[in-house]
Amino acid sequence: MSSGVIFNLQRYSLHDGPGIRTTVFLKGCPARCWWCHNPESHAATPEIACSQNRCISCDACLLACHEGLRPRNACRNCGACAEACPTGAREMIGRETTAADVFKEILKDRMFFEDSGGGVTFSGGEPLCQPAFLKELLSKCRAHGIHTAVDTAALCPTEPLIDLAPLVDLFLFDLKCADNDLHLRGTGTGNAAILANLEALGRVHRNIWIRIPVVPGFNDTAQEMEALAGLAAGAAGVREVWLLPYHGSWSAKPARLGKKAPKEAATAQAPAAETMDNFARLFTNRGLDIRIGGV
Amino acid sequence: MTGRTERLREESLAAEPAISAERALLITEFYRENEGRWSVPVLRAKSFYHLCEKKTIYIGDGELVVGERGPAPKLVSTYPELTCHSLEDLRILDSREKTWYRVDEACLKIYRESVIPYWEGRSLREKIFAALPEEWHEAYRHGIFTEFMEQRAPGHTVLDDKIYRKGLLDFKKEIAQAIEALDFAADPDAWARREELVAMDISCDAVILFAERHAKLAESMAAATSDAARKQELLKIAANCRWVPAHAPTDYWEALQSYWFCHLAVITELNGWDAFSPGHLDQHLHPFYLQGVESGTLTEAGARELMECFFVKFNNHPSPPKVGVTAAESGTYTDFANINLGGLLPDGSDGSNEVSHLILDVIDEMHLLQPSSNVQLSRKSPDAFLKHTLKVVRNGYGFPSIFNADAVVEEQLRQGKTLVDARAGGCSGCVEVGAFGKEAYILTGYFNLVKMLELALHDGVDPMTGRQLGPRTGRAESFNSFEALFEAFRAQLSHFIDIKIRGNRLIEMIYASTMPAPFLSVLTDDCISRGVDYNAGGARYNNSFIQGVGIGSITDALSAIKEQVFERKAIPLADLVAELDADFAGQEPLRQRLWNKTRKYGNDDDYADDLMRLVFDAFFDVVDGRPNTKNGVYRIEMLPTTCHVYFGSVVGATPDGRRRGTPLSEGISPVQGADRNGPTAVIRSAGKMDHIRSGGTLLNLKFSPTLLFDANGLDGVAGLVRSYFRMDGHHVQFNVVNVATLKRAQANPSEHRDLIVRVAGYSDYFCDLSVELQNEIIARTEHASF
Repeated sequence: MSSGVIFNLQRYSLHDGPGIRTTVFLKGCPARCWWCHNPESHAATPEIACSQNRCISCDACLLACHEGLRPRNACRNCGACAEACPTGAREMIGRETTAADVFKEILKDRMFFEDSGGGVTFSGGEPLCQPAFLKELLSKCRAHGIHTAVDTAALCPTEPLIDLAPLVDLFLFDLKCADNDLHLRGTGTGNAAILANLEALGRVHRNIWIRIPVVPGFNDTAQEMEALAGLAAGAAGVREVWLLPYHGSWSAKPARLGKKAPKEAATAQAPAAETMDNFARLFTNRGLDIRIGGV
Repeated sequence: MTGRTERLREESLAAEPAISAERALLITEFYRENEGRWSVPVLRAKSFYHLCEKKTIYIGDGELVVGERGPAPKLVSTYPELTCHSLEDLRILDSREKTWYRVDEACLKIYRESVIPYWEGRSLREKIFAALPEEWHEAYRHGIFTEFMEQRAPGHTVLDDKIYRKGLLDFKKEIAQAIEALDFAADPDAWARREELVAMDISCDAVILFAERHAKLAESMAAATSDAARKQELLKIAANCRWVPAHAPTDYWEALQSYWFCHLAVITELNGWDAFSPGHLDQHLHPFYLQGVESGTLTEAGARELMECFFVKFNNHPSPPKVGVTAAESGTYTDFANINLGGLLPDGSDGSNEVSHLILDVIDEMHLLQPSSNVQLSRKSPDAFLKHTLKVVRNGYGFPSIFNADAVVEEQLRQGKTLVDARAGGCSGCVEVGAFGKEAYILTGYFNLVKMLELALHDGVDPMTGRQLGPRTGRAESFNSFEALFEAFRAQLSHFIDIKIRGNRLIEMIYASTMPAPFLSVLTDDCISRGVDYNAGGARYNNSFIQGVGIGSITDALSAIKEQVFERKAIPLADLVAELDADFAGQEPLRQRLWNKTRKYGNDDDYADDLMRLVFDAFFDVVDGRPNTKNGVYRIEMLPTTCHVYFGSVVGATPDGRRRGTPLSEGISPVQGADRNGPTAVIRSAGKMDHIRSGGTLLNLKFSPTLLFDANGLDGVAGLVRSYFRMDGHHVQFNVVNVATLKRAQANPSEHRDLIVRVAGYSDYFCDLSVELQNEIIARTEHASF
């Protein structure tokens, strides 16, 4: 039985595939996109976060800390402070768990999946960073007839992706941009492997939704969107394409992790509805089934 | 809405609730002259006849459905034979900040000179309070339970289809036959039955007269008007009033008018709780609607306009004013008249039809406080019906609420009703289940479950007053296991339920002997065939209920004690109790730990949810099946109206970190802000309760409109409802919040911890969001406003 690290299990998710879904967020991601909505997913191991607005300055964390709490770089993420914190201001992001335990949580909402045509979505981070763990979870779902989706940027070797594909009912395949240099600048990785994975996946899977974040100052140009539309139209197995407008709802997260907010976030604005419609048309022109993501 | 109904609606909204002394004066005059001349049932019937004969008749400009309880819309009658308001009560009603009723000098004068001098010392309320023992009064004063019948009569009653098949003249024939069949030699109660039946007969005459007076007024108004169209309407109104409710209605318009006269008659006769309700109105009207449309005498638009006029009539009738504790337990203008939509037909097939959808549209368009409405959703109800319902819910106001029609049937079968009677039943009031037209299902009072734990922790002493209220069940330090503490809780619960039931039976006896309701008895099977009054057990079924309040709060309190005191041994019970008594003064970290780190009900965590079931079972075991005085039994319900606020005000700090005097959890919803895993987890927790053994439970889920705004949201909520009902959940209500609520939540986060909003493709607790994001959501909600 395999174990892995997850950092959230969100029930009643309505926007990660059809119906009512439980989204399991697997921790760890090789990319570093500045607009990432889940910066707490980056590190592969559990870590401490602190929400200052919940802190009542009771010092329970200081008393509990094996390292005297300061300096931060001495933190071993042992979790003693989070355990001691009465308000939940300090909390552990991520926990080591077994596939069996996660599946027990998934099963709780089975009735809702059945009544709404929903299921489970594995997201991240990059869920394929934990392929054995992911595969066991997918196998359990399949054995119990639960619909599965995997939300991936395909930042992984091709082999595990293809290996998992038969257990996945729906791929939510994230494409960020077509240009390799731009991809490298925006995410810290190139996109050659991703595009190769899309092609390989298209050969074996028939239900892929491509999801494209529309990020101001990164890919929000007609040229980039046209190129992405070309990629989407050329890939096999693609049923739908979703354009997801950037939004700033994650802005409080870096501070909780003791990180600085990326400089781009200060000026980034959500794209206008009209811009989204114009981009969508580029995809429609190529005969793609295009949706614009909800707020 | 048409121009007509838009205007009637505006007038109804603009009219100020005010007390009318007309009924009080008429009833006082009649009693002063006649009390003691006849048997009690006949006296009640003749006094009712006097009201119908003398009261002011009102027909408003443009109205199509006519009749008011008071002399004009929003003028509210009083019932001094039940509760004689003092001058001080009337002044409070006039001046209180919420749910006020204007009282003018003329009204005060009538009360001072006529009403009070006669009724002081004679009203039912005074008789009840004088007769109840001191143990009852002490518990009542300390907020252990409330009493429904101390100022309003037994009600919670719903009509079935009988008035659409028969007129009052038919019922008079049945009454005559029942008198004819009395066997004075064999039946020692035959004379009592005869008096009751004579009273029922008189009450039918009274209502026919009441309708006839409307016919005459309509005719004279028709003669006086120069508006040809209005003249035709008034002549049709006159014809309607002359025909119904004496006879069975022959068309859709008459059907509405017939119900409305019966409604007015029931709420004039007595001030029964929850007014009166039409039940499965869509099912009852459907044949008339079809017949009208097929014969070309009724259009869809015409049917809609009549329905809108009918809705305005409900809104014209604020609840009779309540005072004291009873005002605190349900302080609202709404009188809880409730319309059922959908459900099942007696043969078990789906009951929704065109009229169901028409009424949903009217609810959506009218946005009135009254009438309440609910949808009875069965396995057989089409998804289109559920989606239509949710679209109406999305537009705010929390209506209609949604019930599980299949569970409602099963609950009634457990109570021993026939399948046909159970299917023809449904829900009224807030969430209460009954067999429509065949049952007196009486709520008797809210019961403070959390107070029982507080007493168990204090050896029966109320820490708020220092009084030894309950039995001595052991001091906190004496409990060496959770089970021992729970036994003390059970002992306190049993002690006070006994006090409540003893008091209830006394009150039932007083109503049966002094306050019969002959007209309501005509409308309720089998009062005529038995010759027994509604208030004396004449109905086919007679369930009485005690409503438990605070299941979420007590579950969390027990969970905190079980884990922190008995398992982790983090704090001795006596120390914890000392901190509760000090309201956690200087112990904020402890309070925060209890508040944030207790395993709480509403999170689909069996540790807490099993404790909820333990409390539910204890409450059920001590109440269910105990006999009332009407050949029925006591049962439990789980609903609070607004009583969780009052009960919270008399309970000290609790082990879940709740502060002294703050509200308890509401219905079977989790403690405000305790649910952290989203709506499916709340529903799973609530679904672990055995709803079938209750007579109704209330689950309130709060959503922002944006969460319901797009198709995904609507589909998601539809899935939530279907799944909850597969778990035998009884009722769910979606409280759609508006911008004002969001702003209040921003200012007072602790009171709105349970507010769910859609953030960005996911949902979150509003109060956990940054101020900036909160502002963004407020702006978005404003943008997406209805």
